[in-house]
Amino acid sequence: MALKIVKGSIDRMFDKNLQDLVRGIRNHKEDEAKYISTCIDEIKQELKQDNIAVKANAVCKLTYLQMLGYDVSWAAFNIVEVMSSSKFTYKRIGYLAASQCFHESTDVIMLTTNQIRKDLSSPNQYDTGVALTGLSCFVTPDLARDLANDIMTLMSHTKPYIRKKAVLIMYKVFLKYPESLRPAFPRLKEKLEDPDPGVQSAAVNVICELARRNPKNYLSLAPLFFKLMTSSTNNWVLIKIIKLFGALTPLEPRLGKKLIEPLTNLIHRKIHIFSSHKMLCSQSHLIVSLSRIAVLISLSSGMPNHSASIQVMKYLGLLAMSKILKTHPKSVQSHKDLILQCLDDKDESIRLRALDLLYGMVSKKNLMEIVKKLMLHVDKAEGTTYRDELLTKIIDICSQSNYQYITNFEWYISILVELTRLEGTRHGHLIASQMLDVAIRVRAIRVFAVAQMATLLDNAHLLTGNMQRMGICEVLYAAAWICGEFSEHLENPMQTLEAMLRPKVATLPGHIQAVYVQNAAKLFATVLKNQEGNTDSTAAQETSQLMIDRLPLFVQSANLEVQERASCILQLVKYIQKLQQKDVEVAEEVCALFAGELNPVAPKAQKKVPVPEGLDLDAWINEPPSESESEDEQPKAIFAKEEPKHSRPRHTEVDEKELARRREARKQEQANNPFYIKASPSSQKAYQEAPGVEHIPVVQIDLSVPLKVPGLPMSDQYVKLEEERRQKERADKKKKEKKKRKEKRSGRGRKHDSGPESEEDITPAHMVDIVTEEMPEVHRSCLNITMNLKGNARTNMISAKGAVSSYVVSGGIFLPVKSSKHKKKKQKKEKEEKEKKKKKKHHHHHHHSDGGGEESVQNGTVEEEEPLPVSVYDIQGNLQDGSQVVVSVIFENKCDSFLKSMEFNVLDSLNSKLQRPEGSGPHDGLTVPFQLPPGVSNEARFVFTVQSIVMPQKLKGTLTFIVKNEDSSTHEKLDFKLHFTCTSYLITTPCYSDAFAKLLESGDLKCSSVRLEGVIMPFHHLLARICFHHHFSVVERIDSCASMYSRSIQGHHVCLLVKTSGQTVSIDAKCDEPTLLGNVLDEIKQTFSQC
Amino acid sequence: MQVKMRFMLLFSRQGKLRLQKWYTATAERDKKKMVRELMQIVLARKPKMCSFLEWRDLKIVYKRYASLYFCCAIEEQDNELITLEVIHRFVELLDKYFGSVCELDIIFNFEKAYFILDEFLMGGEIQDTSKKSVLKAIEQADLLQEEDESPRSVLEEMGLA
Repeated sequence: MALKIVKGSIDRMFDKNLQDLVRGIRNHKEDEAKYISTCIDEIKQELKQDNIAVKANAVCKLTYLQMLGYDVSWAAFNIVEVMSSSKFTYKRIGYLAASQCFHESTDVIMLTTNQIRKDLSSPNQYDTGVALTGLSCFVTPDLARDLANDIMTLMSHTKPYIRKKAVLIMYKVFLKYPESLRPAFPRLKEKLEDPDPGVQSAAVNVICELARRNPKNYLSLAPLFFKLMTSSTNNWVLIKIIKLFGALTPLEPRLGKKLIEPLTNLIHRKIHIFSSHKMLCSQSHLIVSLSRIAVLISLSSGMPNHSASIQVMKYLGLLAMSKILKTHPKSVQSHKDLILQCLDDKDESIRLRALDLLYGMVSKKNLMEIVKKLMLHVDKAEGTTYRDELLTKIIDICSQSNYQYITNFEWYISILVELTRLEGTRHGHLIASQMLDVAIRVRAIRVFAVAQMATLLDNAHLLTGNMQRMGICEVLYAAAWICGEFSEHLENPMQTLEAMLRPKVATLPGHIQAVYVQNAAKLFATVLKNQEGNTDSTAAQETSQLMIDRLPLFVQSANLEVQERASCILQLVKYIQKLQQKDVEVAEEVCALFAGELNPVAPKAQKKVPVPEGLDLDAWINEPPSESESEDEQPKAIFAKEEPKHSRPRHTEVDEKELARRREARKQEQANNPFYIKASPSSQKAYQEAPGVEHIPVVQIDLSVPLKVPGLPMSDQYVKLEEERRQKERADKKKKEKKKRKEKRSGRGRKHDSGPESEEDITPAHMVDIVTEEMPEVHRSCLNITMNLKGNARTNMISAKGAVSSYVVSGGIFLPVKSSKHKKKKQKKEKEEKEKKKKKKHHHHHHHSDGGGEESVQNGTVEEEEPLPVSVYDIQGNLQDGSQVVVSVIFENKCDSFLKSMEFNVLDSLNSKLQRPEGSGPHDGLTVPFQLPPGVSNEARFVFTVQSIVMPQKLKGTLTFIVKNEDSSTHEKLDFKLHFTCTSYLITTPCYSDAFAKLLESGDLKCSSVRLEGVIMPFHHLLARICFHHHFSVVERIDSCASMYSRSIQGHHVCLLVKTSGQTVSIDAKCDEPTLLGNVLDEIKQTFSQC
Repeated sequence: MQVKMRFMLLFSRQGKLRLQKWYTATAERDKKKMVRELMQIVLARKPKMCSFLEWRDLKIVYKRYASLYFCCAIEEQDNELITLEVIHRFVELLDKYFGSVCELDIIFNFEKAYFILDEFLMGGEIQDTSKKSVLKAIEQADLLQEEDESPRSVLEEMGLA
């Protein structure tokens, strides 16, 4: 035995200790791995010896090797042995090794419980300390459970050294074994007031961390912490406490107020406490300190030598700003220049932070500039991550709030196209979806977009050439679709068609190929149409042949979708070819395959379709299924069973409770079902408070199809049924809502600042459409309208009639007429879409008998000389801006000459002014942005700024134009009047009865009434007439009495109570603007006096 | 699992790891991967850049002292500045303990460096903000160790004394 000890010791003398090992590794740089493997062999030998000192040395070396990345888990048991040595030196090494190598799944940990317990209760505080430190690294739920009591006792140890460790490790124990929290908490709380500052700060730490996870439970400690905050001088503790308050203040607002003073003191006292910036966002008053931060940033940017610590300040300042931006965007916006400057910083961390802030910085004015800057960065960026970040930011910034800040969509499309040239980005789909979105929603941009996309398709090889760029080929998806769908705008459809059928396409991902195939068919139709016009039919046949040659490639595709589409289309083309060979004209029919416009619908539009009255979606349509088998069946299962719609009717006596439960389950499911139409009672209530929220009046509908199928299929069917019926209404509503929302945002107060600020409002000016830049807000609404239906927005139609010297203009038609004097007539007329067409016909027949109010009055004078209306026009309030009205005028040339250089001019009144482009004088006319060949009509829109809307108004205007004949051209002039009725300032706004009642009760409204005699029409016609002609909506109708509501573009509420008895109709009205009300009532009266 | 600090790394300019302390359970493989990735990023940064960067879902706070990088990973909502302060405090402690510390001190006495770190931070939380009390604890523990060791001479151990 003695010999063995001796031998061990002698061996030990020649053993390597840690220093030798480190030195050895450093000396064996070339064959490090080999050297270490011999070392590990030695260590294994050493571990086999009984001498604990040798073992400890070996374990120490292992710990070092572990750090270098070698696996030492095989020595876990030896580590435990060393841990349990009675000598502190070895114990310390053992615990260190354990804390570095052990983790929860190390199985020997089970063996340590008793050893650790022994060490915890050791008389030597350092033994205890070392055990606690080690435990903090490898505590498992089992250990936590077994040792929680021991640790809790240690929290009251006499030595602060142990107490603070015990307090800290308690947090770990709570995490692993939450049950320990309750019994330990009182003692933990005590430690907040421990005499030793170390223990105290440890307790603050632990409680802060706990409170961050569940602040509610720690509110009661607020006074205590408040005391600590005002008394403590330890910055570390202060920061923790401030952080804790940051978590508590949202729960107890009063706390916030109380904190302001001590906190501002702190901030002023020590600037570096401002690092507790988290606090700032919950403390609106502390925004003061924002300026301080800004000063810091500017200071640091101003300094010539960017030292690291100044960069640190910059970073923190930007970080703080991004927090404040969420709550106080204004205050951050004032530091815009500073932030933009930071974009140029060399440091990526700072640039990223500044990028985050950009979102809140952009405006219509600076968007292009900012994006340009970002694009430069994109080119320069080295790392893919940063570049991708830039890309998403660019798209984010541009597309935020419905492209609010984009004034020129051509520009945006080009930006998107440029972005496709990025190498290796993962955001191809993002770019693609933006392209699709813009091309679909911004009608005017399509021509441009299609051209760009065609180029993109043509150069597809650039995108797909490199496997790394696979992410970006998503863009081709968008490109193909856009080119196909809007192929009529393509300059050279044939070339694009060829590009889409290249064999290379077969290497693209399946879903993209599918789109290619489908859109190739669309293109094919367009090409055929173009070619069939020609005399030579071979071209068309060649096109078909091209399709037939190329499509088989796709028919063989492994992707089912591609295969299916390709084979369908191939057969179709073959058939077409057959017809072509028989000289049958097919283009028309082929085009019909793809006719019709796709109208995008907002993702949430479905939700806005109200549940029709009388339809209780929760009521059973069939008998509820029986639940004979098991009571505890999951609601989900019930549903699944229900799904096969005509399951045999089962009879049940389900108690009320069960029914309620099922109803609840169903509601739940419906709530999660995006296709389900939900009733939204809550938002209805909110209406009065927020006059702009989404509302759709409940409309009575008769369902022509019985609703039989419960659940989803039914709602789908219903949706389809209703789609058409509602589309019109929705388009209306939707647009109004959008506008309303915008109005809310831009605020009514804006109506006067039509100066430079209104330039800010210049929106998608580049709605290349019919209009040019001088039409600000219109465009935005255009963008929105396209969401649904285009024409429907028109609510108020006025036709103007008149005769010009040699031209009479009629229903949008110019005709030569003998009349020698300028005569101009104007009629106000309100019609539904259908009626509008009818009306046009009427004009052609020179007959104007259909109910349109003033029309017939003024008609007489024109009658004798072929009454030919100049143009049809429409005045429409602009909800985004309470001071703007849009007048759409349709010009139609019915003569045989070419009309050009049309200029539209209106004599401005004090109240109403035609908006002219910047730089033009107040009397300059607006050029109508098109020319009219014979028989062509087009529409132009003009924006008027209106100050007061309470009075109706007539504006005189002239239209000058040049009539060009084959041999001569004459200058002609046409006078007209625009009649702005008060009604045209009203906007049909839905209102709910509760909101309506509240409005009436509010007492802010002035009263007025009117009586109409001799009205012989059914009550509902009468209501419909008021609704239609005067833009009201019915709030409620009870028998022969109805309440109606409307709202002016400037937000005046107009409420009507319409009663009828016999032939007398009385209208009691309330409005917050008596003059407006008087005029509206006069107009209503006039409407009815003419029927 | 939520702790203040996820891990702390010390590595040299040459990309050699000198110390690592993980405060959350992480698989060895992931550890290695994270260390490698992080070293690459941090070493690529220029000296006059700020000390923070975002990496995965973590914030990295690092600071270079002579040839050594001290690098901590904290969570999104944690305070960077205080972490920087922690790093500095740790360096001060090392400096006091070793007496103008250099990289070699940490290489050859790596277990000491761990002991100091363990006295200073526990489970990712600051244990004691007072340098004095941390150093005192270390010194006393060392004293205890020497007591263990001092009576030994080689001969004694061989049982010949």
